Amino acid sequence: MILISDNLYTYLILAVFLLIAGIYGLIQHKTFIGMLVSTELILNGAGINFMAFNRFLAPDPAIGQIITLFIMGIAAAEAAIVVSFIIAVFRKYHSIDPDDVMELKG
Amino acid sequence: MTFYQYIAEGLFFVFVLLIMAGSFITIRARILMHTVLGLAVAFLGVAGIYFYLGSMFLTLMQILIYVGAVCIVLIFGIMVGSTPTEIAEKTIKDRKNIFLAVSAAAAAFFLLMISILKTEWVPAAAQVRDFSAEHLGESFLYQYCLAFELISVILLIAIVGAIILAREGREQDDKNPWAAPIRGPAHVKELTSVTEENKGDPLA
Repeated sequence: MILISDNLYTYLILAVFLLIAGIYGLIQHKTFIGMLVSTELILNGAGINFMAFNRFLAPDPAIGQIITLFIMGIAAAEAAIVVSFIIAVFRKYHSIDPDDVMELKG
Repeated sequence: MTFYQYIAEGLFFVFVLLIMAGSFITIRARILMHTVLGLAVAFLGVAGIYFYLGSMFLTLMQILIYVGAVCIVLIFGIMVGSTPTEIAEKTIKDRKNIFLAVSAAAAAFFLLMISILKTEWVPAAAQVRDFSAEHLGESFLYQYCLAFELISVILLIAIVGAIILAREGREQDDKNPWAAPIRGPAHVKELTSVTEENKGDPLA
């Protein structure tokens, strides 16, 4: 009997679910924070993907874990940068609506 | 299948359910704080999935970094960057984005599902089954030390960049921080407690 938790496809489909949830939220949210949160979902989907390939296909299980740790570091750095960016934008525009920030728009 | 395997399978579905519920709250909640709390729930589910994929270390790192650090930073961002009325995502624009969002998500779903199901996944011929933290640390510091150094540099640059970005425009406040004018939309002034009586009071 094949266990569901021991099957590559389960994890890949889970990662796809996280990715589409992230894409949906990225388009549908109306604030910078909401968009950032959706990006984190997408990055987690990528992490699950790497870990699944690492568990089922890769010759050396350290590689996938290292890539996932790298993704975590990138996500943390990105969150810090974007939050400070949001604070700077809020100070200048007094708004959290991405549509208000259009000074570069022609 | 033994009794314990049933329990393990059940727990797996609990984690999957956590991910689904968390991401549903994340993308559908209208209050930003709820969004971040849903994200924390989804992160906990992903941590459980990492456990099922064999890595205890990454489970702990997921909880520590994502739930413990990233979510807190996001909550700080909500509290600092938004005024109380704006913490709820008000209807800035109408819901015309829904159609766009659903179609983009559906397109991504079908494209990826097709490629997942059509690809034949071949495991590597010889697999090392060593998921221990020792093996991970050794690989990290010998074979893949470029990733290790790179992530430290990225984090350093991110810290410096975050400070530089967020400091801009702060200088005017330095003279009299307690009585600094509240620079926000007009309705913020009513909500704060700075009045003529407690103007110099740091706790006001």
